[in-house]
Amino acid sequence: MSVRPKAHSLGPKPPFWRDRAKRALIFQALLIAAVVVFLFYIIGNTQANLAARGITTGFGFLTNTAGFGIVQSLIDYSSQSTYGRTFVVGLLNTLLVSALGIIAATIIGFIVGIARLSPNWLIARLASGYIEIFRNIPLLLQIFFWYFAVLRAMPAARDSYSLGEVIFLNVRGLYVPSPLFESGFGLIPLAFGVAIVASIALTIWNKRRHEATGQRLPAGWISLGLIVGLPLLVLFVTGVPVTWDVPELRGFNFRGGITVIPEFLALWLALSIYTASFIAEIVRSGIQAIPHGQTEAAQALSLPQNLVLRLVVVPQALRVIIPPLTSQYLNLIKNSSLATAIGYPDLVSVFAGTTLNQTGQAIEVIAMTMAVYLTISLLVSMFMNWFNARVALVER
Amino acid sequence: MRDNKNKWVLLTSAAALALGTASLASANTLQNTIERGAVQCGVSDGLPGFSAPDDQGEWQGLDVDVCRAVAAAVFGDAEAVRYISLNAVERFTALQSGEVDVLSRNTTWTTTRDTTLGLNFTGVTFYDGIGFMINRDLGVSSAKDLDGAAICVQSGTTTELNVADYFRANDMAFDPIVFDTSEQTVGGYEAGRCDVLTSDTSQLAALRIQLSDPDQSVILPEIISKEPLGPVVRQGDDQWFNIVKWSLFAMLNAEEMGITRDNVDEMLESEDPDIARLLGQDGNYGEGMGLDADWAYNIISQVGNYGESYERNVGMGSPLQIERGINALWTEGGIQYAPPIR
Repeated sequence: MSVRPKAHSLGPKPPFWRDRAKRALIFQALLIAAVVVFLFYIIGNTQANLAARGITTGFGFLTNTAGFGIVQSLIDYSSQSTYGRTFVVGLLNTLLVSALGIIAATIIGFIVGIARLSPNWLIARLASGYIEIFRNIPLLLQIFFWYFAVLRAMPAARDSYSLGEVIFLNVRGLYVPSPLFESGFGLIPLAFGVAIVASIALTIWNKRRHEATGQRLPAGWISLGLIVGLPLLVLFVTGVPVTWDVPELRGFNFRGGITVIPEFLALWLALSIYTASFIAEIVRSGIQAIPHGQTEAAQALSLPQNLVLRLVVVPQALRVIIPPLTSQYLNLIKNSSLATAIGYPDLVSVFAGTTLNQTGQAIEVIAMTMAVYLTISLLVSMFMNWFNARVALVER
Repeated sequence: MRDNKNKWVLLTSAAALALGTASLASANTLQNTIERGAVQCGVSDGLPGFSAPDDQGEWQGLDVDVCRAVAAAVFGDAEAVRYISLNAVERFTALQSGEVDVLSRNTTWTTTRDTTLGLNFTGVTFYDGIGFMINRDLGVSSAKDLDGAAICVQSGTTTELNVADYFRANDMAFDPIVFDTSEQTVGGYEAGRCDVLTSDTSQLAALRIQLSDPDQSVILPEIISKEPLGPVVRQGDDQWFNIVKWSLFAMLNAEEMGITRDNVDEMLESEDPDIARLLGQDGNYGEGMGLDADWAYNIISQVGNYGESYERNVGMGSPLQIERGINALWTEGGIQYAPPIR
């Protein structure tokens, strides 16, 4: 007859501070309470001090007339607009240079990163030279270099460099013709849309057919032909309903066309080239993280080289590339605030600079500016996390 | 157990200290200044004639002389000043937060600045107005011909607003090229990034002599705005406000009475009751400000009167060569006028 070990008698219940789980909860609650109290205190104290010193507070200034001009604006803006609108103008300028910077940095970064692994000695050395130079010079100096050393050295308006008398480059910036759309132009975006829908349908159909029969069409090339060809065809059928507004030297300056200001060019070039050097290293490490056996195995299956890259190497490499790539995008967006050093009218320059100074409401303006960068960064990071989850390897 | 208790006491008292001090920031600027032993004075980031370091690294200029006058009144020593160089964007925050006690930095007196920033202007050191500087080769003789021009302007100044107003009122377009410092605006102008450099005319005169070829640039005749420049202090400390205000008035009164740095000692013997009151020989007019009776004597003997400071820094005795114009005393056709010492 075996004696079953008796269950431990529970005895009197231990006091709650002996219970590890409860204790942890209590400490967390205390910490949260302390943080909240601290925040309330800071905010209340700030408000009291501002009031005591007779400094105006609140966000009412956003509806006041700004009264100053901004050189580059994506929306209608005049000196009669409100401070609220200067905020939007600055924000859009920040987003513009960030978005174009991210696109350019990604393209340059991938090309240089792949070039660095090239078996061609010269190309590989050039790529590593690029990375070492641009990664190791402070970004602010690179911005100054492009702005002061390169773009300031351009000729005056009267002696502009010109390309076929339609595109001009001088110390005031780059002047390109802008399209003026006439009636009937609406068909072209329509044709573009149709081509994209058709391409997607074709790709899906091709994939199903491939899985069912093993046969497939070169869907990529057909789609490209559709997307480029169809709008072009419509363009010529409708008799090219576009005229160009060519910039022309009148008075002090070129009038007409689109002006790309040198502050934008300098900032965009510096941000793209600098960030691209980091992206190139990320791409290289991503590709090198794939064991060589993977490539060999794919080759042993006699997959052609481009499919080896597309189906075997890149999907696995992306898993390694995307998280650090996200940080680089975030860095680029935040670094765009260096614009203020050369006078590009971004959010920091226009809003946290001029608006702050004209209204004197430092706390509100800086808080709004910080909130904007935080929001943009969180949104980008959310998108990249979603994208990462999509391309991540599904482990079976 | 005992140990723990002590820790808690320490923690809570530290917290109380931290929470308490923030609201204790007292308004007694004079007391703080005396304890520190120097007047903290906010000046420009280098504007010849108004506030700029000379070749010995000493700050010189009309605005700097206001700082020195305040130091002379408070300490009897015009050198007891700590200069803090501020750009246009930083200046008001630096004053509000207490980083400087006086802002004497060619700052325009406007309603917004006087009423919503928690600041007070103490007077006018220089009556100025906005003008335009342009390259002679462009052949422009009037500001009305500037339609479409690119204009370099310093960020956070009233210039930025007044230029926009002027171009709108005259139905002209312009591209504002905005930089943080006046040095950068000059750089932009010299490189041809902008056609026109705009600022207060006194500043234009100062910046023009810094150009590599000053004769190549002309200042257009139009003055498009009123820019009364003066020292600024924090609101809510009337004693300090009075000290800064009357330091400038003392310099103006001294000029009006003909008291200079050189003859101030002889003037101590003067029979003129106005002079006796100003120099502290008759009554103590510094008492109401918490100063000694010889406050004005110290200002005049160490800094000089307004006219002397003007000539030395911006007038005919300086490279800027700006005429007295409306900055002359009221007795000589100008509008500089100080209330009497009485």
